[in-house]
Amino acid sequence: MFAYTTPLIGGLLIGATAVALLYFLGRIAGIAGIVWGAISAQPDNAWRWLFIVGLICGPVLYHLLAGVPNPPDSPLPWWQAVAGGLLVGFGVKLGSGCTSGHGVCGLGRLSPRSLAATLTFMATGIATVYVIRHLLPGYLP
Amino acid sequence: MKAIIGLLCGIVFGVGLAMSGMTDTAVVLGFLDVSGQWNPDLAFVMGGAVLVTLIAFRFILRMKRPLLNPRFSLPASSVIDGRLLSGAAIFGIGWGVYGYCPGPALAALTYMDNKTAMFVVAMLIGMALANKAAPG
Repeated sequence: MFAYTTPLIGGLLIGATAVALLYFLGRIAGIAGIVWGAISAQPDNAWRWLFIVGLICGPVLYHLLAGVPNPPDSPLPWWQAVAGGLLVGFGVKLGSGCTSGHGVCGLGRLSPRSLAATLTFMATGIATVYVIRHLLPGYLP
Repeated sequence: MKAIIGLLCGIVFGVGLAMSGMTDTAVVLGFLDVSGQWNPDLAFVMGGAVLVTLIAFRFILRMKRPLLNPRFSLPASSVIDGRLLSGAAIFGIGWGVYGYCPGPALAALTYMDNKTAMFVVAMLIGMALANKAAPG
């Protein structure tokens, strides 16, 4: 079987969700935006909270039905999780979107703004991993 | 009805993330590690997702309104400014530091690793800090 079938189908499902959300609710499936909307108590908010509940339940369903084991816990230290989380949260709020909002939905709308954002976070993501894995000594894989 | 759509979309999105490997930080960091042992999985995830939105959004956005709401809620801004680019740059650094972007981090909460919970709490604090530093 084609080695990339599962990532490809996973991607198609993510795309289908974005399509359904736009078709039914007229909303962009940007997770950063949905989360911020949920915690900042926007009006008409039930769908956001339930989306988040579904997002957390979805993987359980997949691993159960497909019989695929959960991925291993990250080998990285806790402070790296905290640092990564702070930067991700700060960045997506400042830049108005994340991988799903700018990447999947923005590119789908042919938005130049989202293309610029996507190229930027891809570039700094790649640069960061390069520095941590290949330039810093004593890297833990 | 809107709430049910939200729930169903969340579930399918979560299934898609788990299936695509994005809830595994090793897969994500392997994709970003272009000069190491590059893992191309994410290119297929992004490619598959964008393929679907690229085709279907054209038809949906020709509708007068979405099915269950009076109007489309689309981003109003079209300016590429310092705020957008610095935000995206900072986000990318955080993505490379741990291997999660917001969706996979939330979806991975289900695996009950404490570090994922720490990541999510820190992410919410980061959002609130950005909102305080540069509201809007």
